[in-house]
Amino acid sequence: MVTEFSPVAAAIGGALIGIACALLLVLYGKIAGISGVVKSIFTKTNSGSRWKIYFIIGLFLAGITVQVFAPSLLEGELHLPPWLIIVAGLLVGAGTTLANGCTSGHGVCGMSRFSTRSWVSTCTFMAVAIITANLVG
Amino acid sequence: MKAFTIVILGFIFGLGLIVSGMTNPDKVLNFLTFGNQWDGSLIIVMAVAMLIMMLTWQWVAKKEKPLFAEKFTLSDLKKIDSKLVIGSVLFGLGWGLSGICPGPGLVQLVSLKMEFWLFFAAVLGGMWLAKKV
Repeated sequence: MVTEFSPVAAAIGGALIGIACALLLVLYGKIAGISGVVKSIFTKTNSGSRWKIYFIIGLFLAGITVQVFAPSLLEGELHLPPWLIIVAGLLVGAGTTLANGCTSGHGVCGMSRFSTRSWVSTCTFMAVAIITANLVG
Repeated sequence: MKAFTIVILGFIFGLGLIVSGMTNPDKVLNFLTFGNQWDGSLIIVMAVAMLIMMLTWQWVAKKEKPLFAEKFTLSDLKKIDSKLVIGSVLFGLGWGLSGICPGPGLVQLVSLKMEFWLFFAAVLGGMWLAKKV
């Protein structure tokens, strides 16, 4: 589906994401890496990781609020057969676990810290994603 | 208080993903795919978020500890190992196929569309598998 280049919305959204990451770091010293947050579903939560559950609740509340008041903003669908959705999900889950991060942890938080691992990871997954999307799409 | 604040931060993050259009897989795929449909929005989202974080890291460098916690919980991993590279390749494959990364995947569950639940269940399965290896 065609989407329109939306620099203003992108800048506002990017600012919100950046502000949330910044405050989490400044207030509580934590990195807003969503793959790590999701992984906490498996591990026993302790006082050091309980924040991840709260963060997930916040993400859901954002989704629910938009779904109620401006559902058109949440549009989107996957144009893949079910088996490919499963393959893609498995790859995202396994990949972000092995790499210890995804677009938020490595991309936003790590690259801005000039972490070499985050630069290597982000450049790699970006390049592979571009190649994959062009071959499949 | 801490719990409430972090729920708010998650809310702001989620709102950012939605407002920027990153919860729409087509918008991400139109960034990743070259052609007439190319949509550069994603790069602006990343750039603005990174800029804010760059300034934040400068503040962090001057501080002993965060405002409301005992210490910064940061990764001290330095090594570029095969796990990092292989993981990134696998993630890139999955992201390039679907246009969905973990954050948008989580937020899209509220749309109650079967495909996003299937995707997210597979993400959890992949995480579980990778932890076993």
